[in-house]
Amino acid sequence: MFGVLFEQTADGQRYIDWLLSGLGWTLALAFFGWWIAFAVGVVVGIGRTVRNRFFAALARMYVEIFRNIPVLVQMFLWYFVLPEILPDTLGNAIKQIPPPWGSFFPALLCLGLYTAARIAEQVRAGIEALPKGQAEAANALGLGGYLTYRYIIIPQALRLIVPSLTSEVMGIYKNTSVALTIGLMELTAQARQISEVTFQTFTAFGAATLIYLALALIAYQSMMLIDKAVHIPGTAHARDIADQELTAEVQQDGVVPDAMEVVK
Amino acid sequence: MNSLDFSIILQAWPYLWSGLLFSLALTAVASIIGLILGTCFALVQHFEVPVVSQIVRGYIAVMRSIPLILVLFWFFFLVPIVLGHLSGNGRPIPIGATYTAFITFGLFEAAYYSEIIRVGLRAVNKGQFEACQALSLSTFDTYRNVILPQVFRVASPIILSQTIILFQDTSLVYVLSLTDLLGAASKLAQLNGRLVEMYLAVAVVYLVISSAASQFVASLRKRYALAGVHR
Repeated sequence: MFGVLFEQTADGQRYIDWLLSGLGWTLALAFFGWWIAFAVGVVVGIGRTVRNRFFAALARMYVEIFRNIPVLVQMFLWYFVLPEILPDTLGNAIKQIPPPWGSFFPALLCLGLYTAARIAEQVRAGIEALPKGQAEAANALGLGGYLTYRYIIIPQALRLIVPSLTSEVMGIYKNTSVALTIGLMELTAQARQISEVTFQTFTAFGAATLIYLALALIAYQSMMLIDKAVHIPGTAHARDIADQELTAEVQQDGVVPDAMEVVK
Repeated sequence: MNSLDFSIILQAWPYLWSGLLFSLALTAVASIIGLILGTCFALVQHFEVPVVSQIVRGYIAVMRSIPLILVLFWFFFLVPIVLGHLSGNGRPIPIGATYTAFITFGLFEAAYYSEIIRVGLRAVNKGQFEACQALSLSTFDTYRNVILPQVFRVASPIILSQTIILFQDTSLVYVLSLTDLLGAASKLAQLNGRLVEMYLAVAVVYLVISSAASQFVASLRKRYALAGVHR
Protein backbone atom coordinates (compact mmCIF):
# COMPACT_ATOMS: atom_id res chain seq x y z
CA MET A 1 0.00 0.00 0.00
CA PHE A 2 2.85 2.35 0.78
CA GLY A 3 4.75 1.35 -2.36
CA VAL A 4 3.85 4.58 -4.11
CA LEU A 5 5.83 6.51 -1.52
CA PHE A 6 9.05 5.13 -2.98
CA GLU A 7 8.28 6.11 -6.55
CA GLN A 8 10.07 8.98 -8.26
CA THR A 9 8.54 12.43 -8.13
CA ALA A 10 8.74 15.02 -10.89
CA ASP A 11 11.62 16.74 -9.11
CA GLY A 12 13.71 13.56 -8.98
CA GLN A 13 13.11 12.76 -5.33
CA ARG A 14 10.88 10.08 -3.90
CA TYR A 15 7.51 10.87 -2.32
CA ILE A 16 8.78 9.66 1.00
CA ASP A 17 11.44 12.39 0.87
CA TRP A 18 8.63 14.93 0.65
CA LEU A 19 7.06 13.42 3.74
CA LEU A 20 10.35 13.38 5.61
CA SER A 21 11.08 16.99 4.75
CA GLY A 22 7.58 17.84 6.00
CA LEU A 23 8.30 15.92 9.17
CA GLY A 24 11.50 17.94 9.57
CA TRP A 25 9.60 21.24 9.46
CA THR A 26 6.96 19.90 11.83
CA LEU A 27 9.60 18.82 14.32
CA ALA A 28 11.56 22.06 14.02
CA LEU A 29 8.42 24.11 14.63
CA ALA A 30 7.31 21.99 17.57
CA PHE A 31 10.77 21.83 19.17
CA PHE A 32 11.80 25.48 18.94
CA GLY A 33 8.23 26.65 19.48
CA TRP A 34 8.13 24.64 22.68
CA TRP A 35 11.14 26.42 24.16
CA ILE A 36 9.71 29.84 23.32
CA ALA A 37 6.42 28.73 24.85
CA PHE A 38 8.11 27.37 27.95
CA ALA A 39 10.24 30.45 28.58
CA VAL A 40 7.41 32.94 28.02
CA GLY A 41 4.87 30.69 29.76
CA VAL A 42 6.89 30.43 32.95
CA VAL A 43 7.40 34.20 33.11
CA VAL A 44 3.73 34.95 32.45
CA GLY A 45 2.63 32.20 34.85
CA ILE A 46 4.74 33.76 37.60
CA GLY A 47 3.28 37.14 36.67
CA ARG A 48 -0.20 35.73 37.32
CA THR A 49 0.73 34.99 40.93
CA VAL A 50 2.76 38.05 42.02
CA ARG A 51 1.25 40.65 44.31
CA ASN A 52 2.16 43.59 42.07
CA ARG A 53 -1.19 44.56 40.52
CA PHE A 54 0.35 45.92 37.34
CA PHE A 55 2.28 42.77 36.46
CA ALA A 56 -0.61 40.53 37.47
CA ALA A 57 -2.99 42.45 35.20
CA LEU A 58 -0.48 42.41 32.35
CA ALA A 59 -0.01 38.64 32.67
CA ARG A 60 -3.75 38.10 32.84
CA MET A 61 -4.27 40.18 29.73
CA TYR A 62 -1.63 38.16 27.89
CA VAL A 63 -3.35 34.89 28.76
CA GLU A 64 -6.81 36.19 27.87
CA ILE A 65 -5.74 37.52 24.49
CA PHE A 66 -3.66 34.55 23.38
CA ARG A 67 -6.07 31.95 24.63
CA ASN A 68 -9.25 33.44 23.22
CA ILE A 69 -8.18 34.03 19.63
CA PRO A 70 -8.07 30.92 17.41
CA VAL A 71 -4.54 29.84 16.59
CA LEU A 72 -5.27 30.12 12.86
CA VAL A 73 -6.30 33.77 13.25
CA GLN A 74 -3.15 34.42 15.26
CA MET A 75 -1.15 32.79 12.47
CA PHE A 76 -2.65 35.29 9.99
CA LEU A 77 -1.99 38.18 12.34
CA TRP A 78 1.71 37.31 12.52
CA TYR A 79 2.07 36.52 8.84
CA PHE A 80 -0.15 39.06 7.06
CA VAL A 81 -0.84 41.84 9.54
CA LEU A 82 2.43 42.31 11.44
CA PRO A 83 4.58 43.37 8.44
CA GLU A 84 1.87 45.88 7.47
CA ILE A 85 1.59 47.66 10.79
CA LEU A 86 5.33 47.83 11.42
CA PRO A 87 7.25 50.83 10.04
CA ASP A 88 7.73 50.49 6.28
CA THR A 89 11.43 49.60 6.23
CA LEU A 90 11.09 46.89 8.87
CA GLY A 91 7.85 45.57 7.35
CA ASN A 92 9.40 45.33 3.92
CA ALA A 93 12.47 43.64 5.33
CA ILE A 94 10.21 40.99 6.87
CA LYS A 95 8.37 40.48 3.58
CA GLN A 96 11.72 39.95 1.82
CA ILE A 97 12.61 36.87 3.90
CA PRO A 98 12.92 34.00 1.38
CA PRO A 99 10.13 31.38 1.16
CA PRO A 100 10.43 28.63 3.72
CA TRP A 101 11.78 30.97 6.40
CA GLY A 102 9.29 33.68 5.56
CA SER A 103 6.50 31.44 6.84
CA PHE A 104 8.57 29.48 9.35
CA PHE A 105 9.39 32.42 11.61
CA PRO A 106 5.83 33.80 11.88
CA ALA A 107 4.58 30.27 12.52
CA LEU A 108 7.25 29.72 15.16
CA LEU A 109 6.38 32.97 16.93
CA CYS A 110 2.67 32.26 16.67
CA LEU A 111 2.83 28.73 18.07
CA GLY A 112 5.33 29.70 20.76
CA LEU A 113 3.33 32.63 22.09
CA TYR A 114 -0.02 30.82 21.77
CA THR A 115 1.21 27.78 23.68
CA ALA A 116 2.89 30.07 26.21
CA ALA A 117 -0.52 31.32 27.34
CA ARG A 118 -1.63 27.76 28.00
CA ILE A 119 1.61 26.87 29.80
CA ALA A 120 1.27 30.04 31.88
CA GLU A 121 -2.05 28.77 33.23
CA GLN A 122 -0.45 25.44 34.15
CA VAL A 123 2.46 27.21 35.87
CA ARG A 124 0.02 29.35 37.80
CA ALA A 125 -1.95 26.27 38.86
CA GLY A 126 1.30 24.62 39.94
CA ILE A 127 2.33 27.62 42.03
CA GLU A 128 -1.11 27.88 43.61
CA ALA A 129 -1.11 24.18 44.41
CA LEU A 130 1.93 24.58 46.66
CA PRO A 131 1.17 24.93 50.36
CA LYS A 132 1.40 28.52 51.61
CA GLY A 133 3.85 27.35 54.24
CA GLN A 134 6.54 27.05 51.55
CA ALA A 135 6.56 30.78 50.82
CA GLU A 136 6.12 31.63 54.49
CA ALA A 137 9.01 29.42 55.54
CA ALA A 138 11.16 31.03 52.86
CA ASN A 139 10.23 34.45 54.18
CA ALA A 140 10.98 33.36 57.73
CA LEU A 141 14.45 32.31 56.56
CA GLY A 142 14.93 35.84 55.25
CA LEU A 143 14.60 35.11 51.53
CA GLY A 144 13.17 38.00 49.53
CA GLY A 145 10.51 37.75 46.86
CA TYR A 146 12.93 36.96 44.04
CA LEU A 147 14.93 34.33 45.93
CA THR A 148 11.74 32.69 47.21
CA TYR A 149 10.46 32.26 43.67
CA ARG A 150 13.86 31.30 42.29
CA TYR A 151 14.80 28.62 44.83
CA ILE A 152 11.59 27.53 46.55
CA ILE A 153 8.45 28.12 44.48
CA ILE A 154 9.45 27.67 40.83
CA PRO A 155 11.47 24.44 41.17
CA GLN A 156 8.64 22.74 43.02
CA ALA A 157 5.86 24.14 40.83
CA LEU A 158 7.60 23.03 37.63
CA ARG A 159 8.10 19.52 38.96
CA LEU A 160 4.43 19.38 39.91
CA ILE A 161 3.12 20.35 36.49
CA VAL A 162 5.14 17.96 34.29
CA PRO A 163 2.10 15.68 33.91
CA SER A 164 -0.21 18.45 32.77
CA LEU A 165 2.46 19.81 30.41
CA THR A 166 2.19 16.52 28.50
CA SER A 167 -1.03 17.66 26.88
CA GLU A 168 0.61 20.97 25.90
CA VAL A 169 3.47 19.10 24.21
CA MET A 170 0.90 17.08 22.29
CA GLY A 171 -0.98 20.30 21.55
CA ILE A 172 1.98 22.13 20.04
CA TYR A 173 3.01 19.38 17.63
CA LYS A 174 -0.58 19.04 16.44
CA ASN A 175 -0.93 22.79 16.00
CA THR A 176 2.15 22.89 13.75
CA SER A 177 -0.19 21.75 10.96
CA VAL A 178 -1.89 25.16 11.08
CA ALA A 179 1.31 26.57 9.55
CA LEU A 180 0.27 25.06 6.20
CA THR A 181 -2.25 27.89 5.85
CA ILE A 182 0.61 30.37 5.51
CA GLY A 183 2.45 28.16 3.06
CA LEU A 184 4.85 26.17 5.19
CA MET A 185 5.23 22.68 3.69
CA GLU A 186 5.06 20.73 6.92
CA LEU A 187 3.90 17.13 7.28
CA THR A 188 0.16 17.61 6.64
CA ALA A 189 0.82 19.91 3.69
CA GLN A 190 3.22 17.38 2.14
CA ALA A 191 0.67 14.60 2.61
CA ARG A 192 -1.93 16.69 0.83
CA GLN A 193 0.51 17.48 -1.96
CA ILE A 194 1.35 13.80 -2.46
CA SER A 195 -2.34 12.96 -2.54
CA GLU A 196 -2.96 15.66 -5.15
CA VAL A 197 -0.09 14.53 -7.38
CA THR A 198 -0.53 10.75 -7.13
CA PHE A 199 -4.27 10.48 -6.30
CA GLN A 200 -3.20 7.93 -3.69
CA THR A 201 -5.05 9.82 -0.96
CA PHE A 202 -5.37 6.83 1.32
CA THR A 203 -1.64 6.12 1.27
CA ALA A 204 -0.59 9.75 1.65
CA PHE A 205 -2.87 10.58 4.58
CA GLY A 206 -2.33 7.13 6.09
CA ALA A 207 1.43 7.62 6.17
CA ALA A 208 1.06 11.08 7.72
CA THR A 209 -1.38 9.71 10.31
CA LEU A 210 1.05 6.95 11.27
CA ILE A 211 3.86 9.48 11.66
CA TYR A 212 1.70 11.72 13.85
CA LEU A 213 0.71 8.71 15.97
CA ALA A 214 4.36 7.80 16.41
CA LEU A 215 5.14 11.38 17.42
CA ALA A 216 2.32 11.33 19.96
CA LEU A 217 3.65 8.12 21.43
CA ILE A 218 7.20 9.49 21.62
CA ALA A 219 6.02 12.75 23.18
CA TYR A 220 3.93 10.89 25.73
CA GLN A 221 6.67 8.43 26.65
CA SER A 222 9.34 11.10 27.00
CA MET A 223 7.11 13.17 29.26
CA MET A 224 6.60 10.03 31.37
CA LEU A 225 10.38 9.64 31.63
CA ILE A 226 10.82 13.28 32.59
CA ASP A 227 8.06 12.95 35.16
CA LYS A 228 9.72 9.86 36.61
CA ALA A 229 13.02 11.72 36.90
CA VAL A 230 11.72 14.88 38.57
CA HIS A 231 8.65 13.53 40.34
CA ILE A 232 8.02 14.85 43.86
CA PRO A 233 7.35 11.83 46.10
CA GLY A 234 3.83 11.71 47.41
CA THR A 235 2.19 13.55 44.50
CA ALA A 236 0.30 11.96 41.65
CA HIS A 237 2.18 10.40 38.71
CA ALA A 238 1.70 11.60 35.16
CA ARG A 239 0.18 8.28 34.20
CA ASP A 240 -2.78 8.82 36.49
CA ILE A 241 -3.02 12.55 36.36
CA ALA A 242 -5.10 13.12 33.22
CA ASP A 243 -8.05 11.31 34.70
CA GLN A 244 -7.45 12.62 38.17
CA GLU A 245 -7.41 16.19 37.02
CA LEU A 246 -10.78 15.80 35.41
CA THR A 247 -12.15 13.87 38.35
CA ALA A 248 -10.89 16.45 40.80
CA GLU A 249 -12.48 19.17 38.75
CA VAL A 250 -15.73 17.28 38.55
CA GLN A 251 -15.82 16.74 42.29
CA GLN A 252 -14.81 20.29 43.08
CA ASP A 253 -17.33 21.89 40.84
CA GLY A 254 -20.21 19.56 41.28
CA VAL A 255 -22.95 19.57 43.83
CA VAL A 256 -23.28 15.84 43.53
CA PRO A 257 -20.34 14.50 45.54
CA ASP A 258 -21.18 16.75 48.46
CA ALA A 259 -24.83 15.88 48.28
CA MET A 260 -23.73 12.29 48.50
CA GLU A 261 -22.11 12.92 51.86
CA VAL A 262 -25.59 13.58 53.18
CA VAL A 263 -26.78 10.27 51.79
CA LYS A 264 -24.04 8.43 53.64
CA MET B 1 2.58 51.76 6.73
CA ASN B 2 -0.75 52.52 5.10
CA SER B 3 -3.32 54.38 7.12
CA LEU B 4 -5.90 52.09 8.61
CA ASP B 5 -9.52 52.53 7.61
CA PHE B 6 -11.90 50.68 9.85
CA SER B 7 -15.01 52.03 8.10
CA ILE B 8 -14.34 49.18 5.67
CA ILE B 9 -15.43 46.81 8.44
CA LEU B 10 -18.84 48.48 8.63
CA GLN B 11 -19.35 47.98 4.91
CA ALA B 12 -18.19 44.39 5.15
CA TRP B 13 -20.24 43.65 8.24
CA PRO B 14 -23.26 41.90 6.62
CA TYR B 15 -20.94 39.40 4.93
CA LEU B 16 -18.83 38.90 8.07
CA TRP B 17 -22.04 38.47 10.05
CA SER B 18 -23.21 35.66 7.79
CA GLY B 19 -19.80 34.08 8.24
CA LEU B 20 -20.08 34.38 12.01
CA LEU B 21 -23.53 32.78 11.89
CA PHE B 22 -22.04 29.83 10.01
CA SER B 23 -19.28 29.50 12.64
CA LEU B 24 -21.89 29.50 15.39
CA ALA B 25 -24.13 27.04 13.55
CA LEU B 26 -21.17 24.73 12.98
CA THR B 27 -20.28 24.96 16.68
CA ALA B 28 -23.87 24.22 17.72
CA VAL B 29 -24.43 21.28 15.37
CA ALA B 30 -21.00 19.78 16.00
CA SER B 31 -21.39 20.03 19.76
CA ILE B 32 -24.80 18.34 19.64
CA ILE B 33 -23.56 15.52 17.41
CA GLY B 34 -20.40 15.31 19.48
CA LEU B 35 -22.23 15.15 22.80
CA ILE B 36 -24.69 12.48 21.69
CA LEU B 37 -22.01 10.37 20.06
CA GLY B 38 -19.51 11.08 22.84
CA THR B 39 -22.01 9.90 25.44
CA CYS B 40 -22.49 6.68 23.47
CA PHE B 41 -18.71 6.24 23.25
CA ALA B 42 -18.34 6.82 26.98
CA LEU B 43 -21.13 4.34 27.80
CA VAL B 44 -19.63 1.71 25.50
CA GLN B 45 -16.36 2.03 27.41
CA HIS B 46 -18.15 2.19 30.74
CA PHE B 47 -19.94 -1.11 30.08
CA GLU B 48 -16.77 -2.54 28.53
CA VAL B 49 -18.72 -3.87 25.56
CA PRO B 50 -16.34 -6.38 23.96
CA VAL B 51 -14.70 -5.43 20.64
CA VAL B 52 -16.75 -2.22 20.30
CA SER B 53 -15.09 -0.61 23.31
CA GLN B 54 -11.62 -1.42 21.94
CA ILE B 55 -12.55 0.09 18.59
CA VAL B 56 -13.92 3.19 20.31
CA ARG B 57 -10.79 3.51 22.42
CA GLY B 58 -8.60 3.27 19.32
CA TYR B 59 -10.73 5.83 17.51
CA ILE B 60 -10.43 8.27 20.40
CA ALA B 61 -6.67 7.78 20.68
CA VAL B 62 -6.19 8.47 16.95
CA MET B 63 -8.47 11.52 16.97
CA ARG B 64 -6.60 12.98 19.89
CA SER B 65 -3.18 12.34 18.38
CA ILE B 66 -3.51 13.78 14.89
CA PRO B 67 -4.07 17.44 13.93
CA LEU B 68 -7.62 18.58 13.25
CA ILE B 69 -6.59 19.79 9.78
CA LEU B 70 -5.51 16.27 8.85
CA VAL B 71 -8.82 14.97 10.22
CA LEU B 72 -10.63 17.48 8.00
CA PHE B 73 -8.67 16.27 4.96
CA TRP B 74 -9.38 12.65 5.86
CA PHE B 75 -13.12 13.15 6.18
CA PHE B 76 -13.32 15.37 3.15
CA PHE B 77 -11.90 12.42 1.25
CA LEU B 78 -13.62 9.56 3.09
CA VAL B 79 -17.18 10.76 3.76
CA PRO B 80 -18.33 10.65 0.10
CA ILE B 81 -16.81 7.18 -0.33
CA VAL B 82 -18.41 5.82 2.85
CA LEU B 83 -21.77 7.34 1.94
CA GLY B 84 -21.49 5.76 -1.50
CA HIS B 85 -20.95 2.36 0.06
CA LEU B 86 -23.82 2.87 2.47
CA SER B 87 -26.20 3.85 -0.31
CA GLY B 88 -25.37 0.59 -2.08
CA ASN B 89 -24.29 1.62 -5.53
CA GLY B 90 -20.68 1.98 -4.39
CA ARG B 91 -20.04 5.23 -6.21
CA PRO B 92 -18.82 8.16 -4.07
CA ILE B 93 -21.56 10.68 -3.23
CA PRO B 94 -20.19 14.23 -3.07
CA ILE B 95 -22.10 16.08 -0.37
CA GLY B 96 -20.17 19.31 -0.40
CA ALA B 97 -17.73 20.90 1.98
CA THR B 98 -20.42 22.32 4.28
CA TYR B 99 -21.97 19.01 5.26
CA THR B 100 -18.54 17.42 5.46
CA ALA B 101 -17.53 20.09 7.97
CA PHE B 102 -20.61 19.42 10.13
CA ILE B 103 -19.97 15.67 10.13
CA THR B 104 -16.22 15.99 10.68
CA PHE B 105 -16.43 18.37 13.61
CA GLY B 106 -19.19 16.29 15.19
CA LEU B 107 -17.19 13.08 14.93
CA PHE B 108 -13.96 14.77 16.00
CA GLU B 109 -15.46 16.45 19.05
CA ALA B 110 -17.16 13.19 20.06
CA ALA B 111 -13.71 11.90 20.98
CA TYR B 112 -13.08 14.80 23.33
CA TYR B 113 -16.56 14.92 24.87
CA SER B 114 -16.52 11.18 25.48
CA GLU B 115 -13.33 11.50 27.56
CA ILE B 116 -15.03 14.12 29.74
CA ILE B 117 -18.17 12.03 30.17
CA ARG B 118 -16.22 8.83 30.77
CA VAL B 119 -14.42 10.42 33.70
CA GLY B 120 -17.67 11.98 34.88
CA LEU B 121 -19.26 8.53 34.93
CA ARG B 122 -16.44 7.24 37.09
CA ALA B 123 -16.86 10.13 39.51
CA VAL B 124 -20.46 9.18 40.29
CA ASN B 125 -20.69 7.59 43.73
CA LYS B 126 -21.26 3.84 43.80
CA GLY B 127 -24.18 4.34 46.16
CA GLN B 128 -26.14 5.87 43.30
CA PHE B 129 -25.94 2.62 41.33
CA GLU B 130 -26.75 0.57 44.41
CA ALA B 131 -29.74 2.75 45.23
CA CYS B 132 -31.06 2.28 41.69
CA GLN B 133 -30.68 -1.46 42.03
CA ALA B 134 -32.49 -1.37 45.35
CA LEU B 135 -35.33 0.48 43.63
CA SER B 136 -35.16 -2.19 40.90
CA LEU B 137 -34.77 0.38 38.14
CA SER B 138 -33.79 -1.10 34.80
CA THR B 139 -30.28 -0.37 33.52
CA PHE B 140 -31.76 2.01 30.97
CA ASP B 141 -33.74 3.93 33.59
CA THR B 142 -30.75 4.02 35.91
CA TYR B 143 -28.58 5.74 33.35
CA ARG B 144 -31.28 7.80 31.68
CA ASN B 145 -32.84 9.23 34.84
CA VAL B 146 -30.26 8.96 37.60
CA ILE B 147 -26.64 8.68 36.46
CA LEU B 148 -26.38 10.68 33.23
CA PRO B 149 -28.23 13.78 34.51
CA GLN B 150 -25.73 13.99 37.37
CA VAL B 151 -22.78 13.45 35.04
CA PHE B 152 -23.96 16.20 32.70
CA ARG B 153 -24.62 18.62 35.52
CA VAL B 154 -21.30 18.01 37.16
CA ALA B 155 -19.31 18.04 33.93
CA SER B 156 -21.12 20.98 32.36
CA PRO B 157 -18.35 23.56 33.01
CA ILE B 158 -15.75 21.30 31.35
CA ILE B 159 -18.13 20.47 28.50
CA LEU B 160 -18.71 24.19 27.94
CA SER B 161 -14.96 24.94 28.02
CA GLN B 162 -14.47 22.26 25.39
CA THR B 163 -17.24 23.87 23.33
CA ILE B 164 -15.42 27.21 23.44
CA ILE B 165 -12.32 25.46 22.11
CA LEU B 166 -14.53 23.91 19.43
CA PHE B 167 -15.81 27.36 18.46
CA GLN B 168 -12.23 28.54 17.97
CA ASP B 169 -11.34 25.36 16.08
CA THR B 170 -14.16 25.89 13.60
CA SER B 171 -11.95 28.59 12.05
CA LEU B 172 -9.93 25.72 10.57
CA VAL B 173 -12.68 25.11 7.98
CA TYR B 174 -10.67 27.80 6.19
CA VAL B 175 -8.67 24.92 4.68
CA LEU B 176 -11.90 23.66 3.05
CA SER B 177 -12.50 27.18 1.61
CA LEU B 178 -15.74 27.52 3.54
CA THR B 179 -17.16 30.91 4.44
CA ASP B 180 -17.06 30.98 8.20
CA LEU B 181 -16.12 34.19 10.00
CA LEU B 182 -12.45 33.90 9.08
CA GLY B 183 -13.24 32.58 5.61
CA ALA B 184 -15.52 35.56 4.94
CA ALA B 185 -12.85 37.98 6.13
CA SER B 186 -10.14 36.39 4.01
CA LYS B 187 -12.33 36.38 0.89
CA LEU B 188 -13.12 40.06 1.36
CA ALA B 189 -9.48 40.82 2.13
CA GLN B 190 -8.47 39.29 -1.18
CA LEU B 191 -11.02 41.49 -2.97
CA ASN B 192 -10.34 44.83 -1.31
CA GLY B 193 -6.77 44.32 -0.15
CA ARG B 194 -7.63 45.38 3.40
CA LEU B 195 -5.94 42.44 5.11
CA VAL B 196 -4.98 44.33 8.25
CA GLU B 197 -8.42 45.70 9.09
CA MET B 198 -10.19 42.44 8.21
CA TYR B 199 -8.00 40.10 10.25
CA LEU B 200 -7.85 42.48 13.21
CA ALA B 201 -11.65 42.74 13.22
CA VAL B 202 -11.98 38.96 13.11
CA ALA B 203 -9.50 38.60 15.96
CA VAL B 204 -11.50 41.06 18.06
CA VAL B 205 -14.79 39.26 17.38
CA TYR B 206 -13.31 35.89 18.38
CA LEU B 207 -11.68 37.46 21.43
CA VAL B 208 -14.92 39.07 22.63
CA ILE B 209 -17.08 35.99 22.13
CA SER B 210 -14.59 33.53 23.62
CA SER B 211 -13.76 35.73 26.64
CA ALA B 212 -17.43 36.37 27.36
CA ALA B 213 -18.15 32.65 27.14
CA SER B 214 -15.16 31.85 29.37
CA GLN B 215 -16.37 34.36 31.94
CA PHE B 216 -19.78 32.71 31.88
CA VAL B 217 -18.24 29.28 32.42
CA ALA B 218 -16.14 30.63 35.29
CA SER B 219 -19.22 32.07 36.98
CA LEU B 220 -21.04 28.78 36.47
CA ARG B 221 -18.12 27.00 38.09
CA LYS B 222 -18.22 29.32 41.07
CA ARG B 223 -21.96 28.92 41.52
CA TYR B 224 -21.75 25.16 41.50
CA ALA B 225 -18.79 25.18 43.87
CA LEU B 226 -20.70 27.39 46.28
CA ALA B 227 -23.78 25.23 46.10
CA GLY B 228 -21.53 22.34 47.09
CA VAL B 229 -20.14 24.20 50.08
CA HIS B 230 -23.54 25.15 51.43
CA ARG B 231 -24.88 21.63 51.46
